[in-house]
Amino acid sequence: MTALSITNLHKRYKGGFHALKGIDLSVERGDFFALLGPNGAGKSTAIGIICSLINKTSGKISVFGDDLDSDPIAVKRHIGLVPQEYNFNQWEPIGEILVNQAGYQGIPREQAWQRAEELLRRLKLWDKRTTMARKLSGGMKRRLMIARALVHRPRLLILDEPTAGVDIEIRLSMWKFLRQLNEQGTTIILTTHYLEEAESLCRNIAIIHRGKIVEQSSMNSLLAKLHQQSFVLNLMQPLDAVPELEGFDVLKRDATTLEVIVKQGQGLTDLFCRLAESKLEVSSMRNKQNRLEQLFLELTSDDGGQQ
Amino acid sequence: MRRDIYWIPFKTILIKEFLRFIRIWPQTILPPAITMTLYFVIFGQLIGERIGKMDGFDYVDFIVPGLVLMAVITNSYANVVSSFYQAKFMHHVEEILISPVPNWIILAGYVSGGVARGMLVGIVVTVISMLFTDLSIHSYMIAIAVFFLTSVLFSLTGFINAVYANSFDDISIVPTFILTPLTYLGGVFYSIHLLPEFWQTVSLANPILYMVNAFRYGLLGVSDIHVGVAFAIIVAFIAALTAASLYLLRKGVGLKS
Repeated sequence: MTALSITNLHKRYKGGFHALKGIDLSVERGDFFALLGPNGAGKSTAIGIICSLINKTSGKISVFGDDLDSDPIAVKRHIGLVPQEYNFNQWEPIGEILVNQAGYQGIPREQAWQRAEELLRRLKLWDKRTTMARKLSGGMKRRLMIARALVHRPRLLILDEPTAGVDIEIRLSMWKFLRQLNEQGTTIILTTHYLEEAESLCRNIAIIHRGKIVEQSSMNSLLAKLHQQSFVLNLMQPLDAVPELEGFDVLKRDATTLEVIVKQGQGLTDLFCRLAESKLEVSSMRNKQNRLEQLFLELTSDDGGQQ
Repeated sequence: MRRDIYWIPFKTILIKEFLRFIRIWPQTILPPAITMTLYFVIFGQLIGERIGKMDGFDYVDFIVPGLVLMAVITNSYANVVSSFYQAKFMHHVEEILISPVPNWIILAGYVSGGVARGMLVGIVVTVISMLFTDLSIHSYMIAIAVFFLTSVLFSLTGFINAVYANSFDDISIVPTFILTPLTYLGGVFYSIHLLPEFWQTVSLANPILYMVNAFRYGLLGVSDIHVGVAFAIIVAFIAALTAASLYLLRKGVGLKS
């Protein structure tokens, strides 16, 4: 069963701006799915429509087999949303925010407090349960929004840039939490501008650009499409000249740093053989650019990825 | 009735609204109590004694129903308009919009919050009025019904104002330019029989006149308007405003792009 199915979704705003131009998208149950795109591509509009915050112009949406037009109540029960912007009452204690959200979902107050406690403890916010939301730090507010989205145990969790503006430590702990959640069966759709986040967490991906899906595939098959990768090598000894490595383009960045381009079909084993033949010892190596980032830029460039 | 879809979300909105205005009681409960005390002292005691009788009652007794209802109107209205607009402004209305809550439950929840504040303030003002008058209630049933229905009506008005409001200035336009003039001209301080015939006819176009008079009938047993007509008009307004509010919610006016 698909968790989310979108067919020919259009959104035209009052001013005439055509934000979504016939999107088709399918997310399988249990997936960890990345929905990527540059600013203004239509990601948040699509999410807004799925979550009943924006009216669509036309198209069909179903969530776990329930149709948004004919049974919006059933669809809303399946979804938990972590939006991009803070959208809770800043003058409410965070415990009450969770309990109220559970109440809107039809969960009795006593049970709601149990779930709120469980989530606040898991997300390390229990000590702050009586604190007004406005007094939380940025990272705490992000975690509060995740807790709120999970209080009714949704089958589909949609995260719209959940780690924007949080420090690396909190981001990593949030990744761990989301992975656990996905392993427990929750389908997750993630939009993010941190492409290493999408590469690390997601199994499948769609890239949206100017209101259209320009790519939808598994993360692995998308990365396999990369024509070439650049690696930065740090050498043990300094070099005077650019070494000749047969079959590879090499640039010297400084005395101990080389940049090597590995084309599709070439292996890293070949590269290391050539390095050994040239008696070059490598102390460390890294990708010059995140692989997904490279593909993303190709797919969303103005010349349609022809550069 | 499905408890999970209807009753629990309704109760949640109502509790949230109740806690909201109780938490800020110095801004919500205290000011109308002080204002109405001043009205009773100035218009009732100081000026009222020089005015003498109105419709056979001491002036201070005559203005009690109007002042109580004025407090109910302004507070029911203010509660819903400020709470719902704040929810829109800070985007936490999205918490409800993404949840499986039917539109009529959203409306019922917010209106009930407005009614709760309107009635609480109304009771406070009634208790204060007892310090200045010997209030004997003519018909509890009529008084309570008008008290409640008026509160519902102005909670609905506040809801519609909040839906259309785009700034905090917008939520004060209706109270300043419509609600206050209509209330003052709605027979709170005088019987319309004191007016020339033309202005008596004009006054009949003011819906607040019907509420004030129906409530005055409930408390004192006198009214410029037939009570049945007053009830019919209040109920008709409630029906029209409810339909309009549900239409706005269904279309997402002011809430959805």
